[in-house]
Amino acid sequence: MDSLDNFWQIYSNLVLTIGINALLALSIWLTLSCGLLAMANAAFMGIGAYTASVLTMSAGAPFPVALAGGMAAPTVVALLIGGPTLRLSGVYLAMATLGFGEVVRVLILNAESLTGGALGLNGIPQLTQWWHVAAALAITLWALWRLRRSRIGRAFEAIKEDAVAASLMGIGVMAHKMLAFALGAAIAGLAGALNAHLTFFIGPSEFGFDRGVDILTMAILGGTSGLTGPVLGALIITVLPELLRGLKDFRTMTNGAILVLIVLFLPKGLWDPLRMRQWFGRGAR
Amino acid sequence: MLEQQLVNALSLGCVYALFALGFTLVFGVLGVINLSHGAIFMIGAYAALEVVTRLAFPLWAALAAAFLVSGVTGLLIDVLVLRPLRRRNAPHLIPMIATIGIAIFFNSASQGVFGAENLRFPSELVPDQQLHFAGVQISVLEVAIIVLSFALMAGLLIVMRSTQLGRALRAIAESPKAAALLGINVEGLFYLTSFTAAALGGISGVLIALYSNAVFPLMGQPMLHKGIAVIILGGMGDIRGALIGGLFLGFAEVMSVAYIGSTMRDAVAFGLLFMVLLLRPQGMFGKVLERKA
Amino acid sequence: MLSLNQVSKRFGGLTVLQDVSFDVPAGSVFGLIGPNGAGKTTVFNLITGLLAPSGGSIALEGRSLVGVKPHQITRLGLARTFQNIRIFKEMTLLENVIVGMHAHLDYSVPGWLFALPGFRARERQAREKALELLSWVGLSAKAGDIADNLSYGDQRKLELARALATEPKLLLLDEPVAGMNTGEKVELMAQISQIAKRGYTIFMIEHDMRFVMGLCERIAVLNFGRIIAEGSPDEIKRNPDVIEAYLGREDDDVGAAANPA
Repeated sequence: MDSLDNFWQIYSNLVLTIGINALLALSIWLTLSCGLLAMANAAFMGIGAYTASVLTMSAGAPFPVALAGGMAAPTVVALLIGGPTLRLSGVYLAMATLGFGEVVRVLILNAESLTGGALGLNGIPQLTQWWHVAAALAITLWALWRLRRSRIGRAFEAIKEDAVAASLMGIGVMAHKMLAFALGAAIAGLAGALNAHLTFFIGPSEFGFDRGVDILTMAILGGTSGLTGPVLGALIITVLPELLRGLKDFRTMTNGAILVLIVLFLPKGLWDPLRMRQWFGRGAR
Repeated sequence: MLEQQLVNALSLGCVYALFALGFTLVFGVLGVINLSHGAIFMIGAYAALEVVTRLAFPLWAALAAAFLVSGVTGLLIDVLVLRPLRRRNAPHLIPMIATIGIAIFFNSASQGVFGAENLRFPSELVPDQQLHFAGVQISVLEVAIIVLSFALMAGLLIVMRSTQLGRALRAIAESPKAAALLGINVEGLFYLTSFTAAALGGISGVLIALYSNAVFPLMGQPMLHKGIAVIILGGMGDIRGALIGGLFLGFAEVMSVAYIGSTMRDAVAFGLLFMVLLLRPQGMFGKVLERKA
Repeated sequence: MLSLNQVSKRFGGLTVLQDVSFDVPAGSVFGLIGPNGAGKTTVFNLITGLLAPSGGSIALEGRSLVGVKPHQITRLGLARTFQNIRIFKEMTLLENVIVGMHAHLDYSVPGWLFALPGFRARERQAREKALELLSWVGLSAKAGDIADNLSYGDQRKLELARALATEPKLLLLDEPVAGMNTGEKVELMAQISQIAKRGYTIFMIEHDMRFVMGLCERIAVLNFGRIIAEGSPDEIKRNPDVIEAYLGREDDDVGAAANPA
């Protein structure tokens, strides 16, 4: 038991970060499952982080309220920008959401009185316990699992394949896209709120392009065909820099190289049930 | 005062336009959003810097070096990464993700090799005389930037409009399969486009490096964001759009710095981007139609 | 059931449809034929709300469809297949058909979240109905296969089953037998005939004359964006304007005798 305690002493932050990153990866998985390449989840994470932090620090709100606020704020924003933005498809949507992320970053930078500007917010109470993250992840995984098996999940898949045909099946395409987008924002916001109260400091640069790319990488690396992929991807991307500590400056380089290699050689990510069936299924007989 | 701002805006806008041009070429012809274009831009600047400091070559050689090094990088990216993805008929967002990885790779590689500090061009090389006419002040460097940019853009426009090559490229932009059936060497032209677009990006890298007197590993990133704003403003895949969009952005930025303040400067590009996407997603000259196979 | 009245469609300066008027009676099998490029698929796109008409009215059971969104038009009882087949390739056949039932699977959020009995019952019913619909087109044996692996003809049949899953009153079929061999066509003809007998109204666009003449009770002919004839198969067969549209002007007595002008 001693060794377990020791392990936890050293690695608790890492384990919790894996959980938080898994939430982020799942949030982008959700939008991807509806055919949306929306790169706004880092911005939503930031909105959630700042909202929750301001609630605990300035308003003295209890943690659950802060978490709820951290989920509600990005959801509201998503619903506001979703209308015009989600009319765009594919490439345009990706660009618009990238742009949105940058707008949020600049707004955070400039709203100094609220957000601390470029210096960020310091001294956020470290309220996040392991079970907060575990519960959030468990509930999210379960809810998404149930969603996939319902008509909403099927509608997402249909929209992803062919939005026009889907609409002719009686599926309200816009409404479903908004749902995926807003729900993804809520999950990302939750992750942001939990993260802020873990690392006790947040700054605007943490929620920009780089973070957005990280989140996308986790999902793509792990595989987007199911829920296991994003979690696996989050695990690898979080742990890898620790394993590569020796490489220090080359960590980011390796990240980039990994992304390219995955795209080239493992297009469906690591966790690809179809490919595994091909490799292992027949062989096992 | 306004005339002075306009003149400042012109040179800045030209560089934006040049960068956006390469970006939009790749999108128009290859159908890929090349998010490594910022890194290519940065590589051009460093290549020029190295040539000038280590080999003590004159400035025009630096430009040529940027042209070549960036161009070759762009070509390699196409051959090694984009071409296999083309063969696989990957959905068009996949190559974009790959270019993100490439950008990360190059950005951190250059940080490792050159360090993260701002490097500068040797001051003797940068022409800094100021010219005065019609009540405005403009440096020789800015004039050079404007002239060079317009020359390159005009050249590109002429090629696209009036040559067989340009027609072939436009055909590919509409439909690569149909172009291939017409006997056009589509792969070869993809390579040429990748090279040229990257080369243009490299040149704009040197120009910005001279203009702002700074070379640093992440210099491509803010440029990339602006490039995205420009091509959405001007219409993706459209050359006139890149030109006018770039000039427009330069103008908008200079105006906002002059009259609002410099902190909002980066937000201008994105504010514009957002508005355009809300009101007229295809930009000024873009087409709403999807590209056919 | 379906009424088009003086419908027109312009794209910029190009008039694709002009003064198109016809009625599809409830419970009938109606055909729209015409040379390539006459504008037939545009008519379908207008009816299903993918395009807006430049003029005229379109009404389903008296209710105007103009300005209504496609998914709402489907919910009003109108389903459609596509000329170039738009099935969901990466789903199984069964899943494809079940997607069509989307609008009718109204269970609540707690229902699917907690797998309540109401949800489970509806899902089970959906699977059973989907299998049944697949059997109407002879594909129930392949229910678990991935749609992309089907032959061309089978994919068309799948689209038909999926369209039926939306529980339509009116079924729009855009070239249902294009690309099929004779055997498949005969089979589908029988299947559509059966479906019509169940009370569905069917409106099809087709090029295969034997197919159209064999199935349809009424036919309208579109040429250069205008309706040039409407009537029973026999009437259409003998109509000189129709013959001219398809075959070109006849120089000799045959044309003159049929239409003494």
